[in-house]
Amino acid sequence: MAEVKLRKVVKRYDEVEAVRGIDLDIADHEFVVLVGPSGCGKSTTLRMIAGLEDISGGDIMIGGDVVNDVPPKDRDIAMVFQNYALYPHMTVEQNMSFGLRLKRYPKAEIRKRVDEAARILDIKELLNRKPKQLSGGQRQRVAMGRAIVRNPKVFLFDEPLSNLDAKLRVQMRTEIKKVHQQVRTTTVYVTHDQVEAMTLADRVVVMNHGIIEQVGSPQELYHSPKTRFVAGFIGSPAMNFIPCRLEEAGGGGLSIRVTDSLALPIPEARTSRYRAHAANGRLLLGLRPEHLTEAGPHAEPGKVPFDARLEVTEPMGMETLVYFPINGTQVCGRVNPDAGATDGGNLRMSANLNNMHLVDEASGKVI
Amino acid sequence: MAIADAAPAGTRTAKVRYGSMSRDRAWALRWSYFFLTLFAIFFLLPPIYMLITSLKTSAEISAATNPWWVYRPTLENYVELLGSRTYITFFRNSAIVSVFVVTITMLISVPAAFALSRMKFWGSTTLATGVFLTYLVPDTLLFLPLFKMFAQFSDLTGIQLINRWWVLLVLYPTLTVPFATWIMIGYFSSIPKELDEAALIDGASWTQTLTKIFIPVALPGIIAATIFSFTVSWAQFLYPLAFTTSTDQLVLPVGIITTLIKGDVFNWGQIMTGALLGAAPPLIIYAFLMDYYISGLTAGATKG
Repeated sequence: MAEVKLRKVVKRYDEVEAVRGIDLDIADHEFVVLVGPSGCGKSTTLRMIAGLEDISGGDIMIGGDVVNDVPPKDRDIAMVFQNYALYPHMTVEQNMSFGLRLKRYPKAEIRKRVDEAARILDIKELLNRKPKQLSGGQRQRVAMGRAIVRNPKVFLFDEPLSNLDAKLRVQMRTEIKKVHQQVRTTTVYVTHDQVEAMTLADRVVVMNHGIIEQVGSPQELYHSPKTRFVAGFIGSPAMNFIPCRLEEAGGGGLSIRVTDSLALPIPEARTSRYRAHAANGRLLLGLRPEHLTEAGPHAEPGKVPFDARLEVTEPMGMETLVYFPINGTQVCGRVNPDAGATDGGNLRMSANLNNMHLVDEASGKVI
Repeated sequence: MAIADAAPAGTRTAKVRYGSMSRDRAWALRWSYFFLTLFAIFFLLPPIYMLITSLKTSAEISAATNPWWVYRPTLENYVELLGSRTYITFFRNSAIVSVFVVTITMLISVPAAFALSRMKFWGSTTLATGVFLTYLVPDTLLFLPLFKMFAQFSDLTGIQLINRWWVLLVLYPTLTVPFATWIMIGYFSSIPKELDEAALIDGASWTQTLTKIFIPVALPGIIAATIFSFTVSWAQFLYPLAFTTSTDQLVLPVGIITTLIKGDVFNWGQIMTGALLGAAPPLIIYAFLMDYYISGLTAGATKG
């Protein structure tokens, strides 16, 4: 077990910089998820930690040692691939023990470790099967088993659940979390699925265009995103961004002017934070769908009611997603299924500004 | 009434459409059978003719009887050939040459293909294409320069390369190595990259990745390449004709031609017997490894 440190790590492919000088500290036993859209550099970063890609600049340290020029086999890491990468001609047991056999571990020790991993992953009865006789979920378990038996310093997961169907993905997600709780190995996990990132991670690293946008616990990223990208990437459905400007309201307060007819007074607690940006004409109001709900019968502090003409409604069972335009921007709200939302109908909505975010459009930073 | 009419009309259309599909298929099948039978007859006639002729005496062959029928079948040709030391020598030479050529070819082309398809190095793509281009140069163009080279080599060193059966071990790989390498490059490329990465992380060296992962996984491709190399070296005619002359150095295809045709006298019965027996080993190998051969070739084809 060990901590992983990245210092100004750069990856260049000819002219393109895929990873642009990232710094990251991953503590011992920690489960860190790298998340971001395709091409953000997350897989490249993982592959550099694994040693499968050379690094163009900076340092990677595993357990305190700089491993820039150490080949993958000597880094004491194990990796689980998206397409499992099981050796098709070997049985499950041979797959899992391959690494140990190469390192000439005693047979009894190999046997013990394979059995232990098989027990953790509940694949004991599959040990004599070949990969082609296994389902996707079973294969993924074997791939994890192959990583576990090595007892490495670091586990690396490269989008391990992308090839599974939705139901199995949720199930395997829980499995991975359980396994980590048992073995406590430092884990770096790459995914493009923000739900996976949120549910699995101790800390999430959001990457975009080869840089780290923000590092933080899932709660931190969700409630206090630092950039528009993070705010929009984390959460499903995504946060709404509505063009707006600030204007002075009576009594020293501020309000958000969204349309000529709609101005939303900002809660007092937030006015001082936003006052400096009153002159900024290019602001975005960020509101998550759950903060755009049907209006209650009574006025509540920070909640501003307004009328909306719903374009589309999506009943999800426990809630209904409603889509309506504000100032030409389509926004999404979450209402109670009994709120009476209908396609093309009108609904009295309420914006909860206690949870609002204000984004400077030019810099993309959350104010 | 109009409504009542419409329904059956709709059903009929649906039925006709379904029917026409199966009728199309039936016709396609009939044509396939027709042409396949035609091809089978076309390609099987020569070996059948060989078999019939091999069972005849020289007298019956030269007599003006029905060439497709044996009136007095005899195994005389077989007995004579198999009892003749020269024929056995040809057979042995062919077998030794083929086995060695296959071994040499696989020893060169498997690691070469692995390096060219996996270990990305400067110029590897160009080299891979170059390997294939080499295969496109026909042996008819190569044998004269090669002959000249060997002659000069023996002038310089005094080592005689011409008229030695083992010189074929140098010559045949010029034909087999490029193609076998090409098949293997295609086959290795179809193996997901993550497999060698997993092996690398598991602690395997490049050699171990090749021997423990790639060779077992690519076995169908390797068998295809092996069969190909064997067939080429077993049936090769031009090189042994040009480079070997003494009876004890000859391989089967050339041996049959040079010893069983004396002047303008063709010993047809023995020629056919010799050729038929000579065709047996590749046939037996094909029969056993056919499935591997097909899957190997197609895998190479789609990825190469």
